[in-house]
Amino acid sequence: MKRFFRNKNFTVGFILSLIVIIAAVISLIWTPFDANRMNAKLRLQGPSWQHPLGTDQYGRDTLSRVMVGAVNSIIVGLMTVAIGLSVGVLLGLASAYYGKWVDETIMRFSDFLFGFPAVLTAILITSILGPSMINAMLAISIFYIPVFARLTRAVAMLIWEREFIVAARAAGISEWKIAWRHVLPNILSTLLIQGTIQFAVAILAEAGLSYLGLGTQPPHASWGRMLNEAQTYMSLSPWMAIFPGLAIAWAVLGFNLLGDGLRDTLDPKMVRIR
Amino acid sequence: MDPKLLTIEALSVHFHLPEGVARAVDGIGFDLQPGETLGLVGESGCGKSVTALSILGLVQSPPGRIEAGRILFESRNLLRLDAEGLRRIRGRDISMIFQEPMTSLNPVLPIGRQVAEPLMVHKALSRSEAMAEAAAWLDHVKIPAARKRLDDYPHQLSGGMRQRVMIAMAMVCRPKLLIADEPTTALDVTIQAQILSLMLMLKSELNMSVLLITHDLGVVAQMASRVVVMYAGQVVEEGRMTDMFDQPFHPYTRGLLKSMPRLGDRRAGRPPRLNEIPGTVPSLIEAVSGCRFAGRCPHVFDVCRKQQPDLFKIGAGQRARCWLKRYPDRRKPDA
Repeated sequence: MKRFFRNKNFTVGFILSLIVIIAAVISLIWTPFDANRMNAKLRLQGPSWQHPLGTDQYGRDTLSRVMVGAVNSIIVGLMTVAIGLSVGVLLGLASAYYGKWVDETIMRFSDFLFGFPAVLTAILITSILGPSMINAMLAISIFYIPVFARLTRAVAMLIWEREFIVAARAAGISEWKIAWRHVLPNILSTLLIQGTIQFAVAILAEAGLSYLGLGTQPPHASWGRMLNEAQTYMSLSPWMAIFPGLAIAWAVLGFNLLGDGLRDTLDPKMVRIR
Repeated sequence: MDPKLLTIEALSVHFHLPEGVARAVDGIGFDLQPGETLGLVGESGCGKSVTALSILGLVQSPPGRIEAGRILFESRNLLRLDAEGLRRIRGRDISMIFQEPMTSLNPVLPIGRQVAEPLMVHKALSRSEAMAEAAAWLDHVKIPAARKRLDDYPHQLSGGMRQRVMIAMAMVCRPKLLIADEPTTALDVTIQAQILSLMLMLKSELNMSVLLITHDLGVVAQMASRVVVMYAGQVVEEGRMTDMFDQPFHPYTRGLLKSMPRLGDRRAGRPPRLNEIPGTVPSLIEAVSGCRFAGRCPHVFDVCRKQQPDLFKIGAGQRARCWLKRYPDRRKPDA
């Protein structure tokens, strides 16, 4: 653990991400105000002792909403990475192991998905299935499958060439167990690094979709949604846009640095290339 | 009942490469008795490792393909077995250890788990039973404080220790045949001796047969009772170890023996020069009509270039693929 904290990227990323996570966890049991309670008297307030981050056009407390929005972002990050990772790893392993037409099919399918810009794909999916947080997650996950499938395939192919795989075969271990117990542990660190970075990307993507009105629906708090609502009152109360925007930047930066730090520590060869 | 444990008959393994078909193993055959150690000797690329991998069905395909032959293990043709049948034999009846203990162990798994794994696969032991047995085996192959080492990763061990782990991993299911592919080549000399004596000890203890693949005749002299010499994918000479060292017949075998450094040469005041075999191994892709060693043989004569010699019987159990058996007067006296 010590060697991770010797890395500046990791340490900064870890602290930033931890704050986001702590804020999210606290919001599950306590927020300064009810995040959805409106108060017509306190509309569009700037920061004050009572409302440190101000209030929105309905007089809802921005700090409470940013905290609740963190939960939203983390759920989206976790779910999309979990779906993309599990399906992608399975496809990638199959691709690397079977080769030939299995590999061709899976990789051409990946190319197909990659061919569309991610946002367009997401808009397409959410407009077919209807705008909601679940569908936004689904859209992001689908885009993640080829990301993890390709990465898994590339690293797994290298591992499958190694001599210890031949040694494991010579010991009579089945191909399935070799994939699971010998190949997968060897690519876990690479997947962890990519997963952390995709986590950050998912937060950004969900914010984008919610901003466009395709993700989380009102009255639920989401950072992207808050930015969208703030747009109208930009000149009147810039605070409304600044704090959710900062929250997005904070979380994305945090998880990205965490991913970079993990890469520097877990994959020393990459550092030398840089 | 056939007393032989392993019989290889007319085995041919070809590699279908873009440049052409490489005949890595070209019609070889030999057998192995229970409890016997057979040395399979030859220089790099002569097909020894491919032979070993074919026994376990581990030749990469493509590009490799077993074209012909039979590999009988306890009278069963391994080449006819399906993947599952072969998998059940690997690691349980036939084990293999590899040259590079560095790369043959999984770097991200603790050694205890790697040694225990064949037990869980073949003997259906539970994790804890298998780990207990793995600890016993690590102790048996003389790894100090074995129980504490179970959770160590391969990089925490020295080369010799890693090879001991490999041996333990190959031994846990008490195989009838151990294939050792250059088991000591990557180790320094003092460690080599330790590993060889460990193998000898385990061999007599388990009464298993060993197929020892090496280019090191010194190792063969210590371990093997019989020797098969391979050259360019073929068996060129085979016989009892003592006969092969005392009266080698094939010029290639003689060349191999002469190219070993000998302490006596320097003591006698002769220049400490190593005798090499001139020339290089012929390409395995081009078809050769005559003897494959003809290009490098000091005794070569017209028949050698035209026709490939058979394995002629030389003496009791000794055979050599050389025309000198038919034309003894062609042997040049001092070559």
